[in-house]
Amino acid sequence: MALGISLWCAAALLALGVLAVVLAGQRPATAVIYTASLFLTLGFLANAILHLIANAAPETTILPLGLPWVGAHFRLDALAAVFLIVVNLGAAGASLYGLGYGQHEISPSRVLPFYPVFLAGMNLVVLADDAFSFLLSWEFMSLSSWALVMAHHRLPENRHAGFVYILMASFGTLALLLAFGLLSGPDGNYAFDAIRSVSQAQGAWPVLILVLIGAGSKAGLVPLHVWLPLAHPAAPSHVSALMSGVMTKVAVYAFVRIIFDLGGTPDWWWGLIVLSIGGGTAVMGVLYALMERDLKRVLAYSTIENVGIVFVGLGLSMAFQANALPDAAALAFTAALFHAFNHTLFKSLLFFGAGAVSTATGERNMEHLGGLIHRMPVTSIAVLVGCVAISALPPLNGFASEWLTFQAILLSPELPQWGLKIMVPANGALLALAAALAAACFIRLFGVSFLGRPRTRLAEQAHEIDFWSRTAMAIFAILCLLVGALPGFVIDALAPVVQELTGSHMPSQTIIDWFSIVPIAASRSSYNGLLVLLFIALSAGLTAYLVHLVASKSVRRSAPWDCGFPDPSPITQYSADSFAQPIRRVFGTIVFRVRESVTIPPPGSLGVARFHVELRDLVWDSLYAPISGAVNAAAERLNVLQFLTIRRYLTLVFLALVTLLLVLAIWS
Amino acid sequence: MVLIRELAAQGAQMMLVLLLAPLLTGLIRKVKARLLRRRGPPLIQPYRDLIRLMRKEAVLAVNASWLFRAVPYLVFAATWVAAALVPTFATDLLFSWSADLIAIIALLGSARFFLALAGMDVGTSFGGIGSSREAMIASLAEPAMIMIIFVLALIAGSTQLSIIAEFMLSLAAGLRVSLGLALIALILVAIAENSRIPVDNPATHLELTMVHEAMVLEYSGRHLALIELAASLKLLLYVSLIGCVFVPWGLAPMDSGWNAYVVGVLAYLAKLLCFGVALAIFETSIAKMRVFRVPAFLGAALMLGLLGALLRFVSGSL
Amino acid sequence: MHGLAFDIAHLLAGGLVLVSLMMLYQDRLPALINVFALHAILLAASVTWQANIQHEPYLYVTAMIALGFKGFVIPIALRRMIVRLGIHREIETVVGIGPTMLAGIALVALAMVVMLRVTEQADPLAREDLAFALSVLLLGLLMMVTRRNAVGQVLGFMSLENGLILAATGAKGMPLVVEISVAFSVLIAFIVIGIFLFRIRERFDSVDVQALDRFRGEQP
Repeated sequence: MALGISLWCAAALLALGVLAVVLAGQRPATAVIYTASLFLTLGFLANAILHLIANAAPETTILPLGLPWVGAHFRLDALAAVFLIVVNLGAAGASLYGLGYGQHEISPSRVLPFYPVFLAGMNLVVLADDAFSFLLSWEFMSLSSWALVMAHHRLPENRHAGFVYILMASFGTLALLLAFGLLSGPDGNYAFDAIRSVSQAQGAWPVLILVLIGAGSKAGLVPLHVWLPLAHPAAPSHVSALMSGVMTKVAVYAFVRIIFDLGGTPDWWWGLIVLSIGGGTAVMGVLYALMERDLKRVLAYSTIENVGIVFVGLGLSMAFQANALPDAAALAFTAALFHAFNHTLFKSLLFFGAGAVSTATGERNMEHLGGLIHRMPVTSIAVLVGCVAISALPPLNGFASEWLTFQAILLSPELPQWGLKIMVPANGALLALAAALAAACFIRLFGVSFLGRPRTRLAEQAHEIDFWSRTAMAIFAILCLLVGALPGFVIDALAPVVQELTGSHMPSQTIIDWFSIVPIAASRSSYNGLLVLLFIALSAGLTAYLVHLVASKSVRRSAPWDCGFPDPSPITQYSADSFAQPIRRVFGTIVFRVRESVTIPPPGSLGVARFHVELRDLVWDSLYAPISGAVNAAAERLNVLQFLTIRRYLTLVFLALVTLLLVLAIWS
Repeated sequence: MVLIRELAAQGAQMMLVLLLAPLLTGLIRKVKARLLRRRGPPLIQPYRDLIRLMRKEAVLAVNASWLFRAVPYLVFAATWVAAALVPTFATDLLFSWSADLIAIIALLGSARFFLALAGMDVGTSFGGIGSSREAMIASLAEPAMIMIIFVLALIAGSTQLSIIAEFMLSLAAGLRVSLGLALIALILVAIAENSRIPVDNPATHLELTMVHEAMVLEYSGRHLALIELAASLKLLLYVSLIGCVFVPWGLAPMDSGWNAYVVGVLAYLAKLLCFGVALAIFETSIAKMRVFRVPAFLGAALMLGLLGALLRFVSGSL
Repeated sequence: MHGLAFDIAHLLAGGLVLVSLMMLYQDRLPALINVFALHAILLAASVTWQANIQHEPYLYVTAMIALGFKGFVIPIALRRMIVRLGIHREIETVVGIGPTMLAGIALVALAMVVMLRVTEQADPLAREDLAFALSVLLLGLLMMVTRRNAVGQVLGFMSLENGLILAATGAKGMPLVVEISVAFSVLIAFIVIGIFLFRIRERFDSVDVQALDRFRGEQP
């Protein structure tokens, strides 16, 4: 029943795409499409929540679509339900936001048809139960998001972004196809049930590598992340929120489904590889984010960082599973899924905010913004909540999932393998470093864009945005607060999935007094987000009240002190590059080969002084540039084939025929 | 009865840390002055400063936002809640199960986040200097602190500070190498986080040498009083942390009576005296580092913490 | 567990690793020499403690040699030499401090893994002391590799040798430790003197002391 409803909602979303083509160019098209998407995704969401809470048995169905002898299998189990919730929560938020934001869209007929198809594609990937429908839905998702990235195709950077995206997406799908091929074994039965029942050989590590390439490139693992910071900013803001907040989670779902569900028990060194890639991705992602000036690119790189954190949790879980420690595996897995859920919440919120800023000011470059807290009060509060949440600060939700990840790392001395004993504390240090750098990154983002003085006329004249966008941001901000204060509910909701995939689950959290969470045992560690929130609120309120009562409460406004020499020009305040300069100097000299040079004119001359910073993206230079160079060189040489004479073409055909006959002769 | 006593103990701890924080700051200033052959301000001068600031009118820049006005209260509240959860005279605190050591450090991180935002709020270059340098220092001090927490948690079997303090009090830990490394790393991190010499000079008037002071340059009146009190509380928190983990003698263990509490308070006061004098001597005998040597300093703390954690992972008796 | 004696032994050995890391952190020669003196003092303390718990009196002699020779004589002599040669202001390191420390930590991790894996059946105290000793050795080698100046390299070599002495005393039943210590120390003295002789000759084209006096204008 639940599965049937879901499939009908997906079909309705696809039909909505067709409707958008029909209604193209009409005024009410935006409102109709987004409202319909909102209701459909809410329906999906409610359905999935009910299925998960009722702890219902998995439902499967086979539709007579697709390949005639296979059909299209679909399945709604606990894992699918959790990810349906994640996908549709983000999608509902984006649709609500789009009701307002979409009114400012310049070319709606390039966005509206693909948006519901994108939503349908993501939902169908989560519901798919055989390789063919999985890959078909995956391609729907990729192609519709590519079309959305290319919506504003007149800008050359968007075209470049679309090109890189389609290349990486196709490469990823190829890797997944090969992975499914390996998994389906000699019989070639692609249904997931059949794959589960085939006992996977221990030496199935190529599957891990292929899934890491396929799903990992979609999720944004370094070094396959290069498309993400190009493509996510190029799309319209609500689509960016979907791509960063939701599509990366669909990639995580693909990894979890294939490795944890279809793959059988992993080896310990699989966990080591995933863990190390996760840790490296987290630190690299946030360092890249600190070097960027474009609001959306910062958020895209920050997505890479958070995906790294999720994969650290997944790697730990694999390592624990390989060593038959199901409770620890459950903790690590819960931490990873919880972080994925939290990331959807706060990343969508932040992208909505970035969209609001770019609508209000027309600018995405932080160095042209400033002082928006005065002009856009609701947006700034919402973005502040998002920044505090993503920096993993109590009492919001980012801290709860990071805390669980750290607790999982603290269980790791039980792992006997030496490689793990060295790499787990090292990755713990990398994780802590990434968290601290993320806080710095979001102080910079909020401080430069929203605080301070406006740096351009556009920033001075910003105005608050429309009602629907504000509502969407407010809802997500409240959700961040609620999940941070009451994390036990989410952990218990994740318990059926964790039980199914790791063989154990965390102790029930909702029965613990005062809404604390106790991951292992009360004598070991516990955390209570609600109490921390209440304590801070009470202390702050009480202090404010007492101070205002007993001491003075008068305020006088005056020019800023600025050591006695306030400069009226807003250029003298810290810019985004200036804020990142100490960190760039400490970390960037190694990671990005940063070189800074200053040319100062001689005394007496009226010339300007110049400050020049040069950064190199080592991943691009060492991996992608040589490959694209080689492809270009090969293409240049093969181009000769375009210009041959008729005689030469006939010669080629003749040679091919002779070669085939020779092969036949030798091998028969 | 037990609940009343525990509630009273927790409340007493909260008031004790609040009252003692300015005294510690005053003690350090007095000892530093004496070491420099000055008479120095009286011990209670910080209290007088706070009262004076509270009574004054707060002068705000014309473009200061609501965030600027709210931050002092948030910073103070977060620091006070964190300080109330670090055992000073008794190991068990009624609410210690609500926030473990990771949460306490993250609360201090929240306070720092908001303070850095306040530095960026008015849009002056000095606020930017303070916030960006503070962000750099935090980006290395926090991972070092987390590694220290890992070492302590792996030794004591819990991240709950009360349980760690009980464990260290029972001397079940012994003299471990990883504990020694964690102690040194914690001292380095504490110096950096509290903006003491050699990382930052709390008494400087030169803006280009400031980190913490530059962030709060625009604050005045009661706002400044709350921020200064929060800074003193943070110093007290770190001293209490080092005291309850590495010098736990005198702490009243769980379920002990009022006598043990009195002994605990006296021992705590003695520890504050010793640490205050030691910090003053250390600060007087060493010069402030250039800002870009601080990453090497904190990098060393991070490496020591990582080494300590590694030793714990690798061998049970190290 | 094992008791206070073993804990103190581990603490001293761990302290030696810590001081080796501190030596890597220094980038100026005078500070480096001071830290090396500390290294030698800590080695002496560690050997004394081992002498105490193993009840081997001749280890006290080793400790005395280490303390006297490497803790006082060589550092004082080196300080005088570098001031006289005018190299006391040079910056020492080849790579920055950050990567050097990271490499140091990686080497300690490597040493721990190797030692603890290879000696699964041995006595726990000896195993871990050997692991620390191997770390000190590797860190000494790292120091030799990352220093520009001959003095820094010699100090690295001496700290490496301290690690060997630690290993020798930790593993019980290693004979002739005293004699080996003396031999090594004499060897080091010759190396140090040799380096400075070469340096002086390079500077002044002669090691003839009377020629030097003529340079100083003390003789016609």
